[in-house]
Amino acid sequence: METEAAKLIGAGLASIALVGAGVGIGTIFGNYLAGALRNPSAAQGQFANLLLGFALAEATGLFGLVVALIILFAF
Amino acid sequence: MASETNDVHGGVMADPMASETNGAHGGEGGVIADPMAVDAHGAEQGLIADPMHQFEIKRQIEIDVFGIDASFTNSSLFMVIAVVAISAFLILSMRGRALVPGRMQSLAELSYEFVANMVRDNVGTAGQRYFPFIFTLFMFVLFCNMLGMIPYTFTVTSHIIVTFALALFIFLAVTVIGFVKHGAHFLKLFVPDGVPVVMLPLLVVIEVLSYLTRPVSLSVRLFANMMAGHTMLKVFGSFVVALGVIGGWAPLAFMVAFTGLEILVAFLQAYVFAILSCIYLSDALHMHD
Repeated sequence: METEAAKLIGAGLASIALVGAGVGIGTIFGNYLAGALRNPSAAQGQFANLLLGFALAEATGLFGLVVALIILFAF
Repeated sequence: MASETNDVHGGVMADPMASETNGAHGGEGGVIADPMAVDAHGAEQGLIADPMHQFEIKRQIEIDVFGIDASFTNSSLFMVIAVVAISAFLILSMRGRALVPGRMQSLAELSYEFVANMVRDNVGTAGQRYFPFIFTLFMFVLFCNMLGMIPYTFTVTSHIIVTFALALFIFLAVTVIGFVKHGAHFLKLFVPDGVPVVMLPLLVVIEVLSYLTRPVSLSVRLFANMMAGHTMLKVFGSFVVALGVIGGWAPLAFMVAFTGLEILVAFLQAYVFAILSCIYLSDALHMHD
């Protein structure tokens, strides 16, 4: 197989990791909403944790994206 | 919000990811295979390597220090602009020193209090001495990210070397602080309480490895968010131009919304970078207490 074709396939496969990012972010926001609807007064206090959790969940997905970009551009 | 299509020279913009036709490069015909080989031929066609071309480092002033290339680049330029902007914002806003703040002074005090609360909540009183560092870090990353949202500017934090330099410095500083404060006892960080002795060898290895990946995750998080965001902005911008007057409204609407999202991400990533630094600092100072 040509290097170029292998690179493109590899990059496509590595991008599947972003599925995890989507699931994680949805989970975090869903749980925050569920908790906020039960206890609205406590919701604002946890907003900072929400943003932190979102960024951490997205980060792992983006690690997969970085692998995809490395495969595309650094090899 | 203007789309970033400064690489387009003349009309035809059919497909930003179409393969380039600049001659025989043995198995490298793809458009994204060789982003640093953009030449005049590619630029004329207007659709070659557009998303990645914006991250290119251009030397503004050539400086050669004993054979080491220490040129003043566009990256350096925007770092200087960020520092000047932060200093101007803070110094000029606080010039009035009113007891009841006006608009600009409110903004400066708001940013100060935001970071001060973050440091106090996450590190505690022992961390107050590190507040200037965390504040500088937060403001620098924030301004670098935000400056990148202006069209035709360069995003400093979209290069891994910049974010890795910041993250590595934080990691080394936190480790040194930990060793200075606790001595050899700092190594107890890797041995959590209440663990059966049988599991210790495996657990310590895992703990050490996860500690060593902290600078990597910290830097890659910021880098990937910035680079992916700007790449997407460029790609959708090229869609707007490609679809023209008739069909360009749909991607344009998406561009407006996405630019708003990217501004939020710029702030959020600066906040997460700072708060994770605070958490790592608190780990070193308080050691899971």
